[in-house]
Amino acid sequence: MDTLAQLVILTLAAGTPLVYAALGELVTEKAGVLNLGVEGMMLVGAVVAFMVAAKTGSPWAGVVAGTIGGAATSLVFGAIALSLMANQVATGLALSLFGVGLSAFIGLDYVSVVIDGIKAVEIPGLSTIPVVGPILFGHNPLVYLSLALFAAVQWFLYRTRAGLVLRAVGESPQSAHAIGYPVVRIRYLAVMFGGACSGLAGAYLSVALTPLWVEGMTAGRGWIALALVVFATWKPWRVLIGAYLFGGVTLASFQAQALGVAIPAQYLSMLPYAATIVVLAIISRDVVTIRLNAPASLGKPFHSGT
Amino acid sequence: MIRLEARPEPSKLFGWASPLIAVVATLIVGFVVFTALGKNPVEAFHAFFVKPVESLYGLGELLLKATPLMLIAVGLAAGYRANVWNIGAEGQLTMGAIAGGGVALAFHGSESMLVLPAMLVAGAAGGMAWAAIPAWLRTRFNANEILTSLMLVYIATLVLSLLVHDHWRDPEGFNFPQSKMFTETALLPNLLAETRLNVGFLFGLAVVFAGWLFLQKSYAGYQMRVAGLAPAAAHYAGISAPRTVWMGMLIGGACAGVAGVGEVAGPIGQLLPSVSPGYGFAAIIVAFVGRLHPVGILLASLLMSLLYLGGESAQLNLALPSAVTGLFQGTLLFFLLAADVFIHYRIRVARRHRARVAI
Amino acid sequence: MTLAHAPASDARAPRLALAGITKIYPSVVANEDVDLDVAPGEIHAVLGENGAGKSTLMKIIYGVTKPNAGTIRWEGREVTIANPARARKLGIGMVFQHFSLFETLTVAENIALALDRERAGGDLATRIADVSTHYGLPLDPGRHVHSMSVGERQRVEIVRCLLQDPRLLIMDEPTSVLTPQAVARLFETLRRLCDEGCSILYISHKLDEIRALCHRATVLRAGRVTGTCDPRLESSASLARMMIGGDLPHPQQREAKTGEPRLVIDGLSLDADDPFGTTLHDIRLTVRAGEIVGIAGVSGNGQKELMAALSGERTVERAGAVRLMDADAGRLDAEERRALGLAFVPEERLGRGAVPEMTLAENALLTAHRQGLVRHGFVAQARVREYAADTIRDYRVKAGGVDAAARSLSGGNLQKFIVGREIRQHPKVLIAAQPTWGVDVGAAAQIRQALIDLSNAGVAVLVVSEELDELFEICDRLAVIAQGRLSEANDTAATDAEEVGLLMSGSFIAAGAHSEREFSPAGAIGS
Repeated sequence: MDTLAQLVILTLAAGTPLVYAALGELVTEKAGVLNLGVEGMMLVGAVVAFMVAAKTGSPWAGVVAGTIGGAATSLVFGAIALSLMANQVATGLALSLFGVGLSAFIGLDYVSVVIDGIKAVEIPGLSTIPVVGPILFGHNPLVYLSLALFAAVQWFLYRTRAGLVLRAVGESPQSAHAIGYPVVRIRYLAVMFGGACSGLAGAYLSVALTPLWVEGMTAGRGWIALALVVFATWKPWRVLIGAYLFGGVTLASFQAQALGVAIPAQYLSMLPYAATIVVLAIISRDVVTIRLNAPASLGKPFHSGT
Repeated sequence: MIRLEARPEPSKLFGWASPLIAVVATLIVGFVVFTALGKNPVEAFHAFFVKPVESLYGLGELLLKATPLMLIAVGLAAGYRANVWNIGAEGQLTMGAIAGGGVALAFHGSESMLVLPAMLVAGAAGGMAWAAIPAWLRTRFNANEILTSLMLVYIATLVLSLLVHDHWRDPEGFNFPQSKMFTETALLPNLLAETRLNVGFLFGLAVVFAGWLFLQKSYAGYQMRVAGLAPAAAHYAGISAPRTVWMGMLIGGACAGVAGVGEVAGPIGQLLPSVSPGYGFAAIIVAFVGRLHPVGILLASLLMSLLYLGGESAQLNLALPSAVTGLFQGTLLFFLLAADVFIHYRIRVARRHRARVAI
Repeated sequence: MTLAHAPASDARAPRLALAGITKIYPSVVANEDVDLDVAPGEIHAVLGENGAGKSTLMKIIYGVTKPNAGTIRWEGREVTIANPARARKLGIGMVFQHFSLFETLTVAENIALALDRERAGGDLATRIADVSTHYGLPLDPGRHVHSMSVGERQRVEIVRCLLQDPRLLIMDEPTSVLTPQAVARLFETLRRLCDEGCSILYISHKLDEIRALCHRATVLRAGRVTGTCDPRLESSASLARMMIGGDLPHPQQREAKTGEPRLVIDGLSLDADDPFGTTLHDIRLTVRAGEIVGIAGVSGNGQKELMAALSGERTVERAGAVRLMDADAGRLDAEERRALGLAFVPEERLGRGAVPEMTLAENALLTAHRQGLVRHGFVAQARVREYAADTIRDYRVKAGGVDAAARSLSGGNLQKFIVGREIRQHPKVLIAAQPTWGVDVGAAAQIRQALIDLSNAGVAVLVVSEELDELFEICDRLAVIAQGRLSEANDTAATDAEEVGLLMSGSFIAAGAHSEREFSPAGAIGS
């Protein structure tokens, strides 16, 4: 396989967990809910997916389980932040801390287990076309699924009535309530969708990208996904671009080490985090764009008052 | 039908009761978890909460581990009260440890009594410098401090790793990634014989007291509270928003930095790739469980310290993974946030018409 | 096109009949045993002062709030209105006082959201156009709501209701955002609707309007019905007696004796700091010691920005654009302007004028700290409590003591506390924005009197209000703000509501500048 195809495949592979997690969080935030627990939900998704994959021998069963695990974790957030109207920032933080603890606890016996991960499927005749073949057809099935998810989210938010209602709830829950929409129920669904996507992102990490389980293996990707939503100014297509840019940065740091560049590994490992900070500062600087695109009720608890 | 109804005034009773409710609920969860794992819950509770503090040494450990937690949490509380969400205390602690440790290594073998104070000052400065980055990004570029301060945790850890693997590695350390052991003048004096407790604990208490004066009694502390509760009112009263962010971040950074020095000049005695078992994150929970109030934080730090010790003890005595500590920490915070709803709301059971029961 | 389909059941039955409606909130009984019926094609007023329970009653009819007791009959049948969707299905539409619109969505999207699936589909844009021409409510379906004026937004709300073919339309204080001329146009639309058989429930506390428009009125006081009448046969005074149980209080006469200029606004221009805000253009105004100057205008025409620029919450580049007591104050922040002798009562009480969760004592400290309430950087607890207690006593604030949370007070009492807190700092200039908005009649009279007393004592007072009556009652001079520009200030005695209404629609603005509603980036000027 030539280097170009290799690069494309690896970049997309590194960006895909961010695509899942950031798209999920984007939908959650569009409904006006800020869930900072992405890192925690990803970890739970990763560990559950790995455990189920190891037990059943089916990585796909693991993916399904991880997705469900993420959604279930997000319900804890929903109960506290939506039903009990607690501070969303604090609750999200709690979810991240809890997810780290929970995943480390339940995954303890699986740390050195080896499983068969999900691999790219060879399609006879297509994958072997030079250059174009691998670039178009050489990816992991979960990469294609993430692209389908992107299309679905884009269509849902801007082409369906349900998507319009979701955006309206994020814009002004009071108004949505006044004209009769069940604000809390809609927000629950958005939170669970975000949780499922985060769980799927974690599952992708532990059963596809690097089929193994290590404590804290998400390494801050959940937080980067949160930053990506801001970077994308809440637009799905920009999430996709941002995720692959970060995939590229991560890849560059790995590749440089592999090529034996004479820089200490730590400098290269800092790259994605430093890049997140820089990108966040550049985007946030434009207050008007942020104000126009951020859901107006983001992070504010809602109580119907009846 | 059960629903929540806003109270006209926040409940003072639940302000105090909700941390206790959270603790009890967490214990119940612990009971269930221990039972589910096939352990005798009574035995497990004993191993978790009593055994670690049965001896004088154990009590010393309790206070030793509570010290960084109370230090950091008091600093974070200043910010959280003003809605300045510094969650990168772990990174600021690391930077404080690097700065303080750097001083210790630079004056390695010095007999001067000034080494330790210099380390503390350097540590505070290191933590503040690291916290200044998110403060600057927030005030200058409007960048969310939650995300930037957290990203800086990863970077700080990598900086420390770089130093102990490379520049500051002990040449006689058999190639282990660690610095030289600090010499006597760079270590915090012991406070209590037969324990590892050092004067850092007194320092922690002093900071808690200073925090109490600042947060509860000073006009500046009042202004921070206004900024957190109602930003528009703060603006109306002429309280500067950037100043609030800077104060919140820098106080948190200084405290975390000092806590970092306390670790490397205390129980660790050198620089290692990891200088904290997540104190910076656990302190977030301590700050919340302590109601962002210095006295509450003091108590909460003892509780959280006990959870750390209990986790270790459970590993030794019950063959339970020490990760159970993290699980309990998260659960505790969840229950606290859930119980807090009763400060501002009450439950009302309404049966169709007229019948009302309020608690 | 007709909107009202004659009810098949009983043509003589009232369209809506409420019996014994009671709604109890934890701290207040909002409605008690309320009876009300509305005939087909009738414009029925629900009259009452702020806090009388009008809005709660309308929310019950529209299914937003559930009553604790009572029955609702719709065209003769008893119904339960569980939610707004059910209300719309019955044929009830509501135009909210604080609009229930979504700023970042378009007009068409906003309308689609309130319609059920079948009505929202198909050629919605055409139907919007049809209804808006038929009723004289021009609208562009593709426009984003945030770019529209308050009056235009109200049109969106009304058209949205009309597309649901309502047989009962609830209008909650619809004229508070309109110029007198726009009110006249709205009344035409409402009369046309009722001619077509639609019933209208018209909520207001403005007596003249009700006498001009409505066929029947139900008067509420403290949650109870105190009478029904034909308002066309009543005088404003008799309606007022039913509404407040006494005569409308009139403030003591003014003794106009003006002195030196205290607040001078000299060519103030300021870009909006918010994409939905208004840019200020070359504002000029002088307020002298001992006079009350009023600024009238429809909300959203730059009042918010002007207040922020005067209070110091936003600073301006040119220090001389705002002068206080002869000092250039443009670049001073709120705190520094207070030190010069400025006091400010903002429009929003909770969250700006006061911190909702804090006690009254703590809220006294918010701006009055210069009155010896802070010693060596520490809060002087005893003095703070004393200041709060004195304010409560002097301004007759009904509150559970200095430890009561600000949010536990009624709007009127909290406003009295804030006004008192500001006045007791002995300001040289006092600026008050919407000082009596949402305040009961008694408190409003007390607040107006306090402003008059203050100016009699030689303080320069600037009042911004949407209530023309109030401005005419207390002001010596009156200016009008429209599209971020301020008219000349005229003697109140030499002008009338008609003239001010024309100014409010922007008639004083030069032709070239008239239509601009620019979108300006933030941060160019100010903090």
